[in-house]
Amino acid sequence: MALDAGLVGRSYPPSAVYEVGREKIAEFATALGDPDPVYRDPAAARAAGHPDVIAPPTFAIVLSLGAGNVVVEDPDVGIDYSRVVHGEQRFTHHRPIRAGDRLVATATIDTVRTVAGNDMLTTRVDLATEDGEPVCTTHSMLVARGPA
Amino acid sequence: MTPRQIRRLADVQVGAELPEQTSRVTRADLVRYAGASGDFNVIHWNERVAREVGLPGVIAHGMLTAGLAARAVTSWVGDPGAVVDYQVRFSRPVVVPDDDAGAELTVRGRVAAVGEDGRVRVDLTVTSGGDKVLSLARAVVVLS
Repeated sequence: MALDAGLVGRSYPPSAVYEVGREKIAEFATALGDPDPVYRDPAAARAAGHPDVIAPPTFAIVLSLGAGNVVVEDPDVGIDYSRVVHGEQRFTHHRPIRAGDRLVATATIDTVRTVAGNDMLTTRVDLATEDGEPVCTTHSMLVARGPA
Repeated sequence: MTPRQIRRLADVQVGAELPEQTSRVTRADLVRYAGASGDFNVIHWNERVAREVGLPGVIAHGMLTAGLAARAVTSWVGDPGAVVDYQVRFSRPVVVPDDDAGAELTVRGRVAAVGEDGRVRVDLTVTSGGDKVLSLARAVVVLS
């Protein structure tokens, strides 16, 4: 089923506040096998010029995955999740995500395309502090493979 | 604590190569990454379901591959906070066998552009078993 081009620009209500914790950042860095103390030790982070421990460049996926689900679950989008693969991902950091951040995620459908029977859906997620400071923008492109 | 060495713009030239990085990804790493990221898609831990949907076996999370590839950049720069843009395109799944060795991932990087504004673009080549698994992997870092 081809995605409806009229979905482009559709925006979803902002998420609940996600508070970024030092332990979550350390857990994520460990899952990447990355020993850098800037992810664990506030003193090391300050020595590198950051107010607290910062998150790895791909940490924002934790928030954008959740925010992107509202799009996949939108009945108007009607995507078959069992046929979905992750096609592309982009992170644009306005500043590093750091421990103590209280972030709100807002998802918007950026582009829809159908190529050779495959639906391609790009969702933009804007991450900002609850006070409105932009922190990170993510773009996720999902491919729903058409029936063979 | 050893003082952190952060790469300086003046020391970076187009064409410079990053140290090659090799990692191994095992099933245990997939479980750990699933928990840390919140991505519990069954194709990353259940062989039966992975095969049912037509995959050769359990595959690594694309974002685990992307996260491991980004390490080559952050360790080269010395400050992960310098990364202002990072984009990847997934071209081939990384199949992770059910053994202790897992899958091997090799990351090579090259400085593709240096801007006067301090923006440095690094293009990565990420392979597993000789095959490219990301058809595009590109980071922009800001150096001073």
